[in-house]
Amino acid sequence: MTVFAAASLTEAFTDDRTKLAAVNPGLSLTFSFAGSQQLVAQIESGAPADVVATADEPSMGKLVAANLVDTPRDFATNLLEIVVAPGNPKGVRGLSDLSRADLKVVLEDPSVPAGKYGRQALDRQGVKVNPVSLELDVKSELVKVETGEADAGIVYVTDIRSAGGKVSGVAIPGDQNVVARYPVAVVRGTTKRELAQAFVQQLYSGPGRQALLARGFLAPR
Amino acid sequence: MKRRPPTAVAIMAALAVAMVALPLVGLLLRTPWPDLGPVLASPDVRQALVLSAECSVGALGVSVVLGVPLAWILARVSFPGRSLVRALVTLPMVLPPVVGGVALLFAFGRRGLVGQYLAGVPGFPSPFTTGAVVLAEAFVAMPFLVITAEAGLRQMDQRFEEAAATLGAGPWRRFWTVTLPLVAPSLAAGATLCWARALGEFGATITFAGNLPGRTQTTPTAIYVLLESNPEHAVAVSLVLLTVSLAALIGLRQRWLGAL
Repeated sequence: MTVFAAASLTEAFTDDRTKLAAVNPGLSLTFSFAGSQQLVAQIESGAPADVVATADEPSMGKLVAANLVDTPRDFATNLLEIVVAPGNPKGVRGLSDLSRADLKVVLEDPSVPAGKYGRQALDRQGVKVNPVSLELDVKSELVKVETGEADAGIVYVTDIRSAGGKVSGVAIPGDQNVVARYPVAVVRGTTKRELAQAFVQQLYSGPGRQALLARGFLAPR
Repeated sequence: MKRRPPTAVAIMAALAVAMVALPLVGLLLRTPWPDLGPVLASPDVRQALVLSAECSVGALGVSVVLGVPLAWILARVSFPGRSLVRALVTLPMVLPPVVGGVALLFAFGRRGLVGQYLAGVPGFPSPFTTGAVVLAEAFVAMPFLVITAEAGLRQMDQRFEEAAATLGAGPWRRFWTVTLPLVAPSLAAGATLCWARALGEFGATITFAGNLPGRTQTTPTAIYVLLESNPEHAVAVSLVLLTVSLAALIGLRQRWLGAL
């Protein structure tokens, strides 16, 4: 069975596969991780996916509109966090600090979900940031902070957790944060409907849910 | 002598052409022709096209100034480790560009090998600057010029240089009046390939220089961003890149390599 999933789900789903394989030795589970927009384009072009999980609702909406998937459901949420060098040497305390002239800030392009959410959070606080770059995915933004080229950026809580000690995080208070919703759906053309539905189900209650929570994702709300 | 190719060879050759041509035809069929004008006139796209033109010419300049002397040394001077140097400078041709971009960060970044001493020096190609775009493009594209120029210098009949020397021409005069005109077709072909590669460069540039409209967002990066938000416009801009490269390749080939 083939699952197409957003890049930010890589670690959680890989953990999940290990757990599922232990319970279900006969199951051959293949993942294809990419940006949500790319997953949508691939499925529209007929890529052989059985389940698709995206990092935002608009991407999934395109597949629903094209009648390519069953009704999607949110299975996880994620929050934003400020990423800084280990130990936070520049003393970044919150979103409003990102306008400081002594900081090199990387954001994501607004065409990417994380960039759109980051922009929303900054706009709501009325913070004006002059980024040095608008990266095209979360991982490249992390690389810029890990290598010390940039001082701060806005990524998902889960990205900072999976980066280990290579970066530190500065929490964004709940009332300033933006909730990213992750929907999942069974692909209409699947020949393995039962397996696909079982996979989706265990993301709500089962090893999938455990793996997601362990990686820092939150329950759907 | 004209001859008919064996059928099997002709079929393979036709398939080779189809493999390259079909995707391009696909692109043409998806092009939103009526929108072409407005898309290309939009400030963002124009900005990216202008930056691409400037940076690719800059990268070609760097490649010519540094790469032609290197090609000359590789072709004419025998020294220990020459094959190693040759392999090293052509490595960017096979290195995944994204890896090249990360390697550039490790060398020229704020904490990089030389960047830690030179960051802040005016004109130093620090990440996120237009200079970084030129450096990334030159890193990836210069090998195309070096290997083509080296081949030209090797194939050249060196007896002309020797004749000029016996007639009293000094090394610089020999280079400008004898060597250069003889290898000009190779240099032009190498320069064209190098420039076209620089123009299309994406992976190393996005990794090392980032993406900021007006400063580091070149046309390929703008196309990638547009693909996420507006695929039709991305196709329209790709078409410009395609047309410009094709025109350059055809033009220069006819001008310099008409006999081939």
